[in-house]
Amino acid sequence: MERTTDIPVLDVSGLPTVVFREPNPIFWGNLLYMLIEGAMFAMIFASYFYLRTRSTEWPPGLAPPYLWYGVANTILFLTSVVPARSIQLRARAGDLAGSLTGLIGLAAFGLICLVIRGFEFKGLNCRWDANAYGSMVWALLVLHTGHLLTEWIETLVMVAFASSRKMEGKRFPDFDVNSDYWYFVVGWAVIMNIVLYGTTRLL
Amino acid sequence: MAVADPIIVSAGESEERLERTWSERRGIYRWFAPVHHTTIGKMYFVTAGIFFLLGGILAALIRIQLSRPENNFLGPDRYNQFFTVHGSTMIFLFAVPMMYQAFGVYLVPLMVGARNIAFPRLAAFSYFIYVGGCLLLWGGLFLNIGADAGWFSYVPLSGPAFSPGKRVDFWAQMITFTELSALAVAVCLIVTILKYRAPGMTLNRMPLLVWEKLVLSFMVIFAMPAVMLVSTMLLMDRTANTHFFNPAEGGDVLLYQHLFWFFGHPDVYIIFLPGAAIISTLVPTFSRRHIFGYPGIVVATIATGFLGFGVWVHHMFATGIPQLSESFFTAATLMIVIPTAYQFFCWIATLWNGKPQLRLPMLWVGGFFFVFMIGGLSGLMLASVPVDLQVHDTFFVVAHFHYVLIGGAMFPMFAGIYYWFPKVVGRMAHEALAKVHFWLFFIGFNLTFFTMHFLGLRGMPRRIYTYLPEMHWTGLNQIATAGAGFMTLGILVFLINLFWSMKRGTIAGPNPWGAGSLEWSVPSPPPPYNFVHIPTVDGREAIWDAPPNPVFVSGIRDEVREVLLTNSLDAEPEAKEEQPAPSVWPFLTAVVVSAVLIGSIFTLKAVSYGALPIAFSIIAWIWPKEHEVEERREHEKWRAA
Repeated sequence: MERTTDIPVLDVSGLPTVVFREPNPIFWGNLLYMLIEGAMFAMIFASYFYLRTRSTEWPPGLAPPYLWYGVANTILFLTSVVPARSIQLRARAGDLAGSLTGLIGLAAFGLICLVIRGFEFKGLNCRWDANAYGSMVWALLVLHTGHLLTEWIETLVMVAFASSRKMEGKRFPDFDVNSDYWYFVVGWAVIMNIVLYGTTRLL
Repeated sequence: MAVADPIIVSAGESEERLERTWSERRGIYRWFAPVHHTTIGKMYFVTAGIFFLLGGILAALIRIQLSRPENNFLGPDRYNQFFTVHGSTMIFLFAVPMMYQAFGVYLVPLMVGARNIAFPRLAAFSYFIYVGGCLLLWGGLFLNIGADAGWFSYVPLSGPAFSPGKRVDFWAQMITFTELSALAVAVCLIVTILKYRAPGMTLNRMPLLVWEKLVLSFMVIFAMPAVMLVSTMLLMDRTANTHFFNPAEGGDVLLYQHLFWFFGHPDVYIIFLPGAAIISTLVPTFSRRHIFGYPGIVVATIATGFLGFGVWVHHMFATGIPQLSESFFTAATLMIVIPTAYQFFCWIATLWNGKPQLRLPMLWVGGFFFVFMIGGLSGLMLASVPVDLQVHDTFFVVAHFHYVLIGGAMFPMFAGIYYWFPKVVGRMAHEALAKVHFWLFFIGFNLTFFTMHFLGLRGMPRRIYTYLPEMHWTGLNQIATAGAGFMTLGILVFLINLFWSMKRGTIAGPNPWGAGSLEWSVPSPPPPYNFVHIPTVDGREAIWDAPPNPVFVSGIRDEVREVLLTNSLDAEPEAKEEQPAPSVWPFLTAVVVSAVLIGSIFTLKAVSYGALPIAFSIIAWIWPKEHEVEERREHEKWRAA
């Protein structure tokens, strides 16, 4: 039933429905998710260094992790920023084909990173039940791999959206924040590898 | 954005259409696919309320056990389970879900002038995963294999060497459930507060309860991961042979305490700040004036949020930490007094300069002032290391934290329940019954817990299931148990009042207290769309400060669940977005996640088997229907470059 009214109004009918960054709730949701997981990483690193102070030898009675898988993965992570950034630029321009290409590229990077991560686990040179150090390095790597896997699956879902009939404007901001999350995974990978491969040799 | 002149417009936002668009599904399906914050908020209220009653029943049984020396009413094993599950229930299944989730989810969208909470399906998921945690902890207890290592389950007692079996695992995994729930709500509330505020509600005009929920949500985000991490590490030590807390293999038991209390102390403020926010809301309403010192209260809330993270070691004074740390954390703890006292003085100043009306909720506000102040004073004593070492692990500590938690959270909670009850159910609570409830509870509470200070000073330790007559603790314990009886009676009267008033209470109308915040501008109970017209806001008390001919928002589509987005600082309109329809997938996702988490207690393979179903259910949750996509494409508008 239509009614008429003579109240003064603030007309918002012309406001956009596809917006990027700060105006979009998904940007904030993603940011907060990264804050939560960042707090989790911070706690686990704090625990790592706390346990380091409880031991005179580090790694205690074990060989440090094999260096070169870690180095290879770090380089790969850093390179993957290129497709991630290209997705953001293409998505903000509303370019579907460009976004899709970037997403497929990012998914490919993710897959290779996951495979090398498998070798990184092998190269830790210890089991999680060897001692507290072993538990700690496994925890670090498992936590990060969980994020890597989540982000990889999310990127695949974005590929599915971009190449299906369910594609719509509001997915472009999703592609955009997906890259933010990728940067988060890359950032923590770099920090983690410095800790994992550096402190076990230098501290 | 400029305001249009008053013109004759076709409103187009007819109540009928809005009702059709925003209503939940009908029948039983509604409870498994809720997407409106009032539905989810009520579900939180009822569930947290039920677990409050269950936790209370355990407390009463504990008091019966302690009412005479050498009593065998419960026996040591059951006593251990009861005090562990009592504490865990009250903190993880009642206090935080009630004070933070229930009040936050129900009230915040209404208070900021929004039609719903942000990410409503995530809010629904948060509720179902919380229920999973409740069932896990209490399932263990009903099978007589309940957690039995205390509500903080310290290692080495809770480790694999001293607590074999599955008891502690139930506790450790329950933490993951409940904290996941609180974290999901934190995301929903922060985004609601930053993006869904009605035009004109700048940060400087936000109701204090909303400010506090904002600060609190950030506290949840930084505190909860610590306890999720530490409980998972404990679980791994118990089930996967890791050695995080095993000193023989380079682990450290104090690491557990550090991580636990890095969550645990901020959690005290996560429970207390909502109470303070309720007081900051009620005091101006019943003083008939704006709150005194609004900016200062905001700063005090933020300061408490920060300081709350810098005091966790005061729970560990008896662990042999360095003296310098002890001094630092004593000083940090005492600093908390400053923002808390500031808020107290602002409330007093508001009452002093206003025209106080002693309506029903104010009775509980008075109770809060009295009880919380006593808890604060014993807190000052405990912050001092020499006193702490003397009374550590005695009933003095039990008395202190019940004064703080019941005083700081439950008294304001009852004030809040009586205050918003008319809004939620549309009827007023029975005043005389509510007064009986108050006095029974208030007297009973003080009998029970004030007495415990003396029991503690006389050396009675916590967590002993019985004692010898020669200890001379019997009389005081009997007074405490009698007090618990009064409290139980009080709660019974409260329940009778709730059920009676729901059916027969006086019809409340939209604003029975003459309050100033936006939730009172809509009918009681609120319709499924909250506001027919999104309001604009001209002052801190939106109703009191509204001009004679207020401006409303038009141009939001009412045939879909469209909401207005405003910018985070000044609440200027900047976009619109469509919210998702009811879906059963958040519920199913919660079921799958629960199955995986519970399965992982028994075998870690549950995680690898469960990963695929979890991914599938989340994708099903976000995958849209074709007609919805087409409809959105038609109305799509990109922001001009």
